[in-house]
Amino acid sequence: MDIQTHIAELRQDFPILESQVYKHPLVYLDNAATTQKPWCVIRKIEEGYRHQNANVHRGVHFLSQMATEAHEEARKTVASFLNAHSPREIIFTRGTTEAINLVAFSYGEAFVKAGDEIVVSEMEHHSNIVPWQMLCQRKGAVLRVIPFNDKGELDLQAFSNLLNDHTKLVAVAHVSNTLGTVNPVAEIIRQAHRAGVPVLVDGAQAVPHRAIDVQALDADFYVFSGHKIYGPTGVGVLYGKENWLEQMPPYQGGGGIFSTVSFEHTTYNELPYKFEAGTPDFIGTTALAEAIRYVEGIGMASIHAYESGLMRYATEQLMQIEGMRIFGQAADKESVISMQVGTIHPYDMGTLLDKLGIALRTGHHCAEPVMRHYGIESTLRASFALYNTYEEVDALVAGIRKVRTLFE
Amino acid sequence: MTINELQDQVIDDFSAFDEWFDRYAMLIELGNQLPPIDDSQRVEQNLIQGCQSRVWLDAHVDEATGHVIFEGDSDAVIVKGILSLLIQVLSDHAPAEIAEADLYFIERIGLKEHLSPTRSNGLLAMVRQMKLYGLIFNK
Ligand SMILES: Cc1ncc(COP(=O)(O)O)c(C=O)c1O
Repeated sequence: MDIQTHIAELRQDFPILESQVYKHPLVYLDNAATTQKPWCVIRKIEEGYRHQNANVHRGVHFLSQMATEAHEEARKTVASFLNAHSPREIIFTRGTTEAINLVAFSYGEAFVKAGDEIVVSEMEHHSNIVPWQMLCQRKGAVLRVIPFNDKGELDLQAFSNLLNDHTKLVAVAHVSNTLGTVNPVAEIIRQAHRAGVPVLVDGAQAVPHRAIDVQALDADFYVFSGHKIYGPTGVGVLYGKENWLEQMPPYQGGGGIFSTVSFEHTTYNELPYKFEAGTPDFIGTTALAEAIRYVEGIGMASIHAYESGLMRYATEQLMQIEGMRIFGQAADKESVISMQVGTIHPYDMGTLLDKLGIALRTGHHCAEPVMRHYGIESTLRASFALYNTYEEVDALVAGIRKVRTLFE
Repeated sequence: MTINELQDQVIDDFSAFDEWFDRYAMLIELGNQLPPIDDSQRVEQNLIQGCQSRVWLDAHVDEATGHVIFEGDSDAVIVKGILSLLIQVLSDHAPAEIAEADLYFIERIGLKEHLSPTRSNGLLAMVRQMKLYGLIFNK
């Protein structure tokens, strides 16, 4: 589907976009934080509770079987969306953060010992730093960091120098939530594999914007959040190669199927249930599957093409504003523009743009090392989704110009 | 002037503006006019937690009057403007008066939204900290 020609219809899929904020039409440019939901997802949640609500994997009764089927169907939808080898490789979590914590714990228990090294990058979200720090503390391992240059591109030479016999895992963002850099994860994975090291890719900011093929990437673990791809909050995905998941102990203990529990000994579930103790958010998973069908209906290639055009236009227009500084000038960049305007504090700019109905994010975006790299405290971040328009970019640019006059 | 007289004056100053744009222009002007603090005051222990921008607040008691004197700064101008208003209203009063002040002017000049604990611009934290100084110096 060509989004440009259907943009008005597409926007009608998202009821919240009709909102007025302080008497201005809402211009929602905080999509990297969370995306708005289309009707089909909202309805799916309602339908789930109205017609399909019974605990999964537990009951012999009709409703429970329906709910279980929907939940497992959702797993298949996610598996095919990521081109996973099998639905057994799809673990439902609460989000990206929980998925990373799961791997940090379970992979860590199985494979990491004192003196080992975990590699992350300087541009990671705190969710892809702190769980590894906790693992390192637990095991006496060491966290190593791939630096990036001032354009916001990872230093691949430095990366290959970091790989050694002690390296146990590389965890890196596919797309930076602060700089918008699209990292060469395929190349990173190739290099890591040559050294015998598995790679976790944080796909939170990539999955909503481009087609992902975990087998083509050869990623060992790939994680994302449902709420950033038009799905509900509270559901996320961990893709893991079966071979790794099989060797890892469970993350949490609890009820589920296919396990036997006695006070002496518990045998664990098989995949994927081994990592899904307790009642899963089965309404959320089916709604996430609906969101995936929604974007697939439009086509990830169309979404990527449209958003790339919007990004180019926004960057060009914003650069014409006097005093504009954009952080992150990587050759391959996606959906996020981090900026400062003259000496105006991002907080001031964000507060005043809000008065014009323009929603963006100010702050360090949970990536304080990125702020430190540039010697700044915070940025103003605009981030785009498939429903944003060229007119909204114009509104942003006009808004920034208007706010600037207050500071002259 | 009493704290309430000062509040009424601020309300009066802002009553001329119907438009948010003008109110914020005024805050920015006030922010820009707030006298800079000394480098020795821009220290970690004067930083107020819970703000998206950095806010420093320093307080001491004037020996002669026994009044609390507030000084502060922020790297965000709007926040500095709000701080300037708080200083204008609360500084140079007896500790007990500060601790017990009812700051109704914030709502009356249309800045109520900044009082929400989720705003993270620290207005609430600033007010709390200033009142805490009032309590401490009252002992
Ligand atoms: C790159 C990246 N990783 C991880 C996260 C954390 O995602 P969640 O809060 O949904 O777990 C985010 C969200 O902001 C992100 O942008």
